[in-house]
Amino acid sequence: MTGTGQLLRLVLRRDRGVMPLWVFGIGILPLVYLQGFDTLFTTAPERIAYARVSAANTGFVALYGPLHGDSVGELVVWRGGFVPVMIALAALLTVLRHTRADEEAGRTELIRAGVTGRFAPLAAAVLATVLGCTVMGVIVAVTLIGQGLPAAGAVALGAVFAGSGWVFAGVGAVAAQISDSARGGRTIAVLVLGVSYVLRLGGDISAMGDGRLDWLSWLSPLGWVQRVFPFGADDWWPLALTVVVAAAAVGGGAFLLTRRDIGGGLLAGRLGPATASAALGSPLGLAWRLHRGLLFGWTAGFAALGLIFGGVGSSVVQLAEDSPGVSEMFTRIGGTEAISGAYFTTAAQLSGLIIACYAVQAALRIRDEEQNGHAEALLGTDVSRWAWGFGHLVFALIGPAVALFAEGLLAGLTFGDLGQVLETTMAQVPAVWVLAGVTVLLIGAVPKLSAAAWAVTATALLIMLVGPLLRVDQWVLDLSPFTHVSHGLTVAPMLSLTLIAAVLGGAGLFALRRRDVPV
Amino acid sequence: MADAIDAEGLIKRFGAVTALDGLDLTVRTGEVHGFLGPNGAGKTTTIRVLLGLMRADGGSARLLDGDPWADATALHRRLAYVPGDVTFWPNLTGGEVIDLLGRLRGGLDTARRKRLIERFELDPRKKGRAYSKGNRQKVALIAALASDVELLILDEPTSGLDPLMEEVFRETILEEKRRGDRTVLLSSHILSEVEALCDRLTIIRAGRTVETGTLDDLRHLTRTTIRAELTGPVNGLAGIAGVHDLTTADGRVSFDVDADALEPALKSLVAAGVRSLVSQPPSLEELFLRHYTGEPVR
Repeated sequence: MTGTGQLLRLVLRRDRGVMPLWVFGIGILPLVYLQGFDTLFTTAPERIAYARVSAANTGFVALYGPLHGDSVGELVVWRGGFVPVMIALAALLTVLRHTRADEEAGRTELIRAGVTGRFAPLAAAVLATVLGCTVMGVIVAVTLIGQGLPAAGAVALGAVFAGSGWVFAGVGAVAAQISDSARGGRTIAVLVLGVSYVLRLGGDISAMGDGRLDWLSWLSPLGWVQRVFPFGADDWWPLALTVVVAAAAVGGGAFLLTRRDIGGGLLAGRLGPATASAALGSPLGLAWRLHRGLLFGWTAGFAALGLIFGGVGSSVVQLAEDSPGVSEMFTRIGGTEAISGAYFTTAAQLSGLIIACYAVQAALRIRDEEQNGHAEALLGTDVSRWAWGFGHLVFALIGPAVALFAEGLLAGLTFGDLGQVLETTMAQVPAVWVLAGVTVLLIGAVPKLSAAAWAVTATALLIMLVGPLLRVDQWVLDLSPFTHVSHGLTVAPMLSLTLIAAVLGGAGLFALRRRDVPV
Repeated sequence: MADAIDAEGLIKRFGAVTALDGLDLTVRTGEVHGFLGPNGAGKTTTIRVLLGLMRADGGSARLLDGDPWADATALHRRLAYVPGDVTFWPNLTGGEVIDLLGRLRGGLDTARRKRLIERFELDPRKKGRAYSKGNRQKVALIAALASDVELLILDEPTSGLDPLMEEVFRETILEEKRRGDRTVLLSSHILSEVEALCDRLTIIRAGRTVETGTLDDLRHLTRTTIRAELTGPVNGLAGIAGVHDLTTADGRVSFDVDADALEPALKSLVAAGVRSLVSQPPSLEELFLRHYTGEPVR
């Protein structure tokens, strides 16, 4: 552990830009929600009615988790139910960035050759992340107490947020040891997060119906932190579980670290073919080789999501028919009158936002290839910039469409209304394409700001999560491409979004042709 | 036949930094041309401009009688490039990368591929992330050498190779030279390599060309070291412009002399009577140091 303090300072120094961004940005979200609810409901009966309807809305429960009370504090907690996913993502990415990514780049070797202990880089990365999450939790607690909410609940919510980060810092610590590449480590950790989310979602929705599958939530760290119920039960013991698992995961990561060589992973590299197959002889062939793992992974994940969405669909309809006022609520968030339609629309919106991450990730591969030097050898051959960029863009466009199709297909088949469900799901595709187009434009025109594609995606997510609650103007909602696809397969928005995506992507490739590589 | 590479007055700026400041480079068809300069002199930037990866802010460049920026892909069909800092896709094997790059250049000679893999002792089944720098360089070199192209652009191709493999590289390039249908632009720091392989060379510093020509031309521009044992006292040697660092002791003299002052200097030695004489041409190292450290030539 020698040198951990020094390395911790290094980590904080390197993340001085991005860490405050997520720590404060997420930390003030509950305050934003609180103010949203305060303006939305001037009287208590209004708020209670809203809570009653929302608690029975399966789409909301899928996205945010269950709602068990009607105090404004509980509404804030429930509305922030998706936030732990964002915290978890930030935590695992931070840990991996300062462990496996450094090791892959050869920096760790240099550090470890100095007077630093074997565990110091891992310890520093985990400590910095835990520190960031904890500060975020404090911000949550302080801001809510400042608004006059009960202190116990405010602290509990802060702890819930921080705890979600702690656990997934641990997940990142383990994933960093398993794979021998940063990309592989990120894939493993994000997969764990995705499975956690789907398990929580399945368990919570099941609990609303017959409850046969409600134990699924208990398999998910995201399910545990929900069980704290700040401002309600204020149950602290699930948090203890979180701390224990986080500590165990970090310990496990440290143990695995002793079981491997520097630069190596637990999944040992194997020998491969000595010659290339016939398919590997064009920019597109190479892109297929580089993207296929991602494509299979996302498609499999979304197929599983489709099974769950479809599987709980019938109990959703049953429930909604039983509770008065729900269908009126549905029309506010969805578009169609039909309850199942509204449910699948919400599910599709959620899927669209998640799959947009895949589109951005796949498109950003262009920038990755440029930065790690792979592009230089490639562009020194008879491969044009167009062909190179297009090869990756194709997968950023087709990949999300394939994954959404798999989801819609399985959800539709399990629910028993293939046509409607598939249509609603596929309607998201043009909106996702717009984000892929934005990413390529950034890469082409302002390559050094390529990562801003994530900020654009996060903004679209925020508009969906916070926009309707804050009653922002329609033009703000309209900024997000997802606002325009919530009414199923209607021709005009589909066409215009596809056109916008094509123009953005085309302009991006054009700019890519005109600039230096690498920059 | 036109020159393979003809660049004049290339200028390239990165923000406030001027990487190329009026660089000239001419590579004749069929020659092996050494491209030398200290770290950061602009060698890699020049190569990237020549490949159309970067666009020059000024000057003109012709490559295989085409415009490197506008005709990039058409030209790339006729050349092979080995980057200096070469990395490959971690999940592709060396063999796959060789085939891929070869096919993207329009096909490669499988018999040559096999022969080169044997000569460079490369295991083509290993994946990208398992290769050391030297082995990655071998992969790029084999892919380039096995392609049927007119022009090879090699950016410090041996900086990661062991001496044995460096020798294999030398032999291979000499074979190419004997075949006579390939032009090679070789950027390098290894002087013996340049001396053994190159017909002509260009030395650049801080983005400018400081010297270009054959090794003999360049030697001519620098001083010869003379040491002599004389039978009588020598007169007037110190007065000759072009004689430097003169020392005399016990009838021995030693001095450096510029090429155009060689004749008067030798005449005055002969006049004094010469018992023995050693004349040493400037080594490439001296040539280099003079250019690299920024001293004026001669």
